Amino acid sequence: MPAIKFDPELCAGCETVDCLMKCQYIEFAGISDAKAEKSKINAGEESRVLYECLTCYACQEYCRFGNNPFYLLVELQEKKGILPAPKPIVEEQLRMMSPKGRITPQKVRSPVVDMCAFPMLTGCVRGKLFEGASVISGNDIFCNIMWLHFAKNSVIRDRIPKIMDNIISFYLKDSKIDEIVCFHDECYGAYTSTAEAFGIQVPFKPVHLFDYINRRLDEIREKIKPVNEKIAYQRPCSNRLSPETDKILDEIFTKIGADRVPRKYDRENALCCGGVPRAQQRDELADQLVEKNIRDMVSTGAKYCVFNCPFCMATLGQEVAEHGLMPVLVSDLVLIALGE
Amino acid sequence: MNDFIRQLADITGPEFVSSESEERYIYSMDQGTMSPAEPDAVVMPGNTEEVRRIMLCANVHKVPVVPMGGGLVLSGLTRALRGGIILDMKRMNHILQVNPKSRYAVVEGGTSEGMLQAYLKKHHPELKHSMPDAPPVATLAGNMCIHGSGHLSVLGGFHSDMLTGMEVVLPTGDIVRTGSCSVSADWFARAPLPDLSGLFLGWSGTTGVVTRLGIRLFPSYAHNDMLIFVCEDADLMPDIISRLTGTQVAEDMTPWMAPKPDWARGFLHINISYGAHSKKELTFKRNLIQASVKKYTDQKIAGFLPLPPPEKSRFLKIPSPDLVKFADIRKGGGFEYVGAIMAIEHFAKAYSAGLEIARTYNVSYSMGARIIGAGHAMMFFYAYAFNRADQEDVKRAQHALEATNAAALEIGGIPWKAELPAQKQIIGKMDLNTFNLMNKIRSMLDPNQIMNPGNWEK
Ligand SMILES: Cc1cc2nc3c(=O)[nH]c(=O)nc-3n(C[C@H](O)[C@H](O)[C@H](O)COP(=O)(O)OP(=O)(O)OC[C@H]3O[C@@H](n4cnc5c(N)ncnc54)[C@H](O)[C@@H]3O)c2cc1C
Ligand code: SF4
Ligand code: SF4
Repeated sequence: MPAIKFDPELCAGCETVDCLMKCQYIEFAGISDAKAEKSKINAGEESRVLYECLTCYACQEYCRFGNNPFYLLVELQEKKGILPAPKPIVEEQLRMMSPKGRITPQKVRSPVVDMCAFPMLTGCVRGKLFEGASVISGNDIFCNIMWLHFAKNSVIRDRIPKIMDNIISFYLKDSKIDEIVCFHDECYGAYTSTAEAFGIQVPFKPVHLFDYINRRLDEIREKIKPVNEKIAYQRPCSNRLSPETDKILDEIFTKIGADRVPRKYDRENALCCGGVPRAQQRDELADQLVEKNIRDMVSTGAKYCVFNCPFCMATLGQEVAEHGLMPVLVSDLVLIALGE
Repeated sequence: MNDFIRQLADITGPEFVSSESEERYIYSMDQGTMSPAEPDAVVMPGNTEEVRRIMLCANVHKVPVVPMGGGLVLSGLTRALRGGIILDMKRMNHILQVNPKSRYAVVEGGTSEGMLQAYLKKHHPELKHSMPDAPPVATLAGNMCIHGSGHLSVLGGFHSDMLTGMEVVLPTGDIVRTGSCSVSADWFARAPLPDLSGLFLGWSGTTGVVTRLGIRLFPSYAHNDMLIFVCEDADLMPDIISRLTGTQVAEDMTPWMAPKPDWARGFLHINISYGAHSKKELTFKRNLIQASVKKYTDQKIAGFLPLPPPEKSRFLKIPSPDLVKFADIRKGGGFEYVGAIMAIEHFAKAYSAGLEIARTYNVSYSMGARIIGAGHAMMFFYAYAFNRADQEDVKRAQHALEATNAAALEIGGIPWKAELPAQKQIIGKMDLNTFNLMNKIRSMLDPNQIMNPGNWEK
């Protein structure tokens, strides 16, 4: 089992310890305190961070050296048996999301859109934006990256190769296609950042949804009717694994006339939607996060709250709507701009 | 008999009496495993006076009378075991009064759960009653008569505890009232009088026909939420239930254990519903519930499922659609659902007995419970689906049921809405003086033994 790619020397020479100093959920007395905790983690020792971590993925982005602090932290949580959520919650979800062996061969054509374990959202793949697209989905191709929230790197290591094999053998191989469009940040993160850090070979080319939409919008430029509205963006945790794609989202918003309002809790400072802390039985913290996040959104006068993560939308959508913002997925907002 | 049926037709009008074979066939059974028993006729009275005249007539002719509401009890209690007539109460479905300040309603004896629910939603949205999960055509009287339970049972106990009084037609044709309505114009409570309502509760329609009843109503909240608590150890359940109910915040608590879907097998869940007038109050109540079991969540051995709001909507439906869905799992329309009322400390034993029985008889099962009051008791249920067209399947379910009732009694519980064999099992364990008193009361109220005969007999 290859270890997580990580260089202790980088940490030793790191003066900012951004991974922990920028953490929004754990307090540190100062850089030396953060450094001490980070050293303990690097040495495989007990650290309060292992218990207090909200598993927001953000330190993956905060580390400018790509030194995989979050993956390493999760690895140690698992090794030490520190469960962020109660055991039955983890076990039940492990079973719920396990590959079911119900996948059947399907002829596909480009673009192949991977909807992961969200078959209920396949209706989002429609119109000019996704013209001619094939959609694949189901537990047998579930990217499994959610286990980062539950100290289960082992499950990721075990299941990712199998599901990639499913994608190749049931869909791509016979159709002679080597590329999939990842509808969710989770999948893209799994096949790029996580696979790279875990030493897993990826047998196809993952394309981020934002890359796909951005290119497609250039092809159908003449169809765009700018929405000319302010939007508040809820950046999901899994986008921390591919932060470079956030700039592409800006290009998309510019093209469709959506004004991504600057707000406190966007970009690097994005807040967790509140779903994961509830699994950790920290509902009161989740309430606080939801409250300050929505207050921040409302203060901008945005009309839409835009999500790219279906789970964030399920968690926050109702609350956002009650506060007068319309919850919508990125792809649906683009469809609105295309008049569909 | 023909003469008797003609007399019935004179009372209700001919359109509400039938001795046609189709009707007799349909009324001969329910969805459960008990074998059919055909009535000679079916009659649908329209008011108390018609019920009184029917009872007088039946008493003279010594014709058995089986009162029936929705006929959904599933344990065959509305079968005409000795022939006679089925007194189908569904026409007597008027909501007579709602008292919003003292929070009670007075309804006729054939009023369905669904009707009262819809009526309150429309005319008194600030009020609700405790709905069972039975199909909404089930009647309030039928449910009271079997000590049913439902969505407000943690708050208000058994549905029979929510009864404020009754009007009953006795087998002799006398019309009696129990509770405050026997003294006052108001139907507010059974206290402080000698509690005669008990003469008609739990008797499976063997003592009289309920023509009116008063039922407690409760605040209907603008904000409603639910939590699902999960653990893996049945031995912990009594303490967990006791802690959760100790907050006095939940309206309903229903543990459930099912082998399907696969992910649920082996886990013990508790659905906990609660409501509030404001979001702030709702959050406060949630925090109380969560704090009550912190001992277990801190140890990470049990916890609340993180359900986003859209996933909760299914669990907030009243009545819950889940048991009905399970009922059709084997197709063929067979479904039996036995409950046993017992103390919560027997949870683990009841659960393992159910698993053992399902294994032995190879039946599709779903197990669960409804908690009554602040952990004062529970209705632990075992539901078995079977294909009515497959006799082997029916037999298997029947054997499983018998074994379940025996196990429930052995544990210290008492089979609920007991079907005939289970009644005999209960009587076998019952204090002899108690049973003798039951018989004395019965022969006093029903000298000709016309009320649902065959039930509660040795
Ligand atoms: C899917 C499903 C879910 C269920 N869930 C629940 C639940 O959550 N809680 C619960 O309590 N039950 C439940 N039940 C059981 C049952 O359906 C209900 O208790 C129902 O309310 C019984 O009412 P009924 O009108 O169908 O009674 P019936 O079956 O018609 O009668 C029940 C008994 O009462 C007597 N009776 C009926 N009406 C009168 C009357 N007017 N006067 C005198 N005696 C009368 C009958 O003779 C019989 O002995 C469920 C059943 C099903 C099929
Ligand atoms: S993980 Fe990155 S940010 Fe954190 S101490 Fe190491 S090098 Fe610095
Ligand atoms: S994952 Fe988030 S909460 Fe955990 S240490 Fe990293 S930044 Fe902090």
